[in-house]
Amino acid sequence: MTLDAFIHYVILPLLGGGIVLAFVRLVRGPSLPDRVVALDLMATLIIALSAAYAVATGQHAYLDAAIVLALITFLGTVAFAYYLHRRDGGA
Amino acid sequence: MRDTIIAILLGGGAFFAVLAAIGIVRFPDLYVRLSAATKASTLGTSLILAGVALFFDDAAVTGKITAIIVFIALTAPVAAHMLGRAAYFSGVPLWEKSVRDDLASSGEWCKRDDTDGAGTGQADSRADT
Repeated sequence: MTLDAFIHYVILPLLGGGIVLAFVRLVRGPSLPDRVVALDLMATLIIALSAAYAVATGQHAYLDAAIVLALITFLGTVAFAYYLHRRDGGA
Repeated sequence: MRDTIIAILLGGGAFFAVLAAIGIVRFPDLYVRLSAATKASTLGTSLILAGVALFFDDAAVTGKITAIIVFIALTAPVAAHMLGRAAYFSGVPLWEKSVRDDLASSGEWCKRDDTDGAGTGQADSRADT
């Protein structure tokens, strides 16, 4: 089994199933922080999936998308945490 | 040989990423889910990115990947800590079988009580459990 076939038939389906499971938690989560955690996990898994896809296609331009996604994800999670902190009347 | 090492790194990374996804569905509590998702997904993504760096064997790509790994390892714990603290103070309940709650008995609630008294009801309800 070559590396391309291994990535296409094993790695990418595993990561896609992980994203689907995280999306299940995002739909079912009883509170807003649950959904934020699920979104954070989904973004991290998408970073890993774009890196694996860069190996499958041989183009390293997908790693730039992974860098941008890592930066934006951290900012989004911190913004959500600050919003939760503000919403309940905290100082 | 080189492809074998790359495949092992990618497979291990995908394994830990799927473990994080299974944990975020099956664990009973927000805080347990935060722990599972943050740590397992950081390790899995770092392993996959290391495999990609081995595959390309280029200085520019390795620099990019090192930047991504260092950034994720630095910011994921910070984001998880901020999110867990905000969720705790907004009243997300712990699991019924949790045995330790150090933040409730550490006097943090007293600091909030002498500002505006907004957290007194939550403090009382949490001290009973």
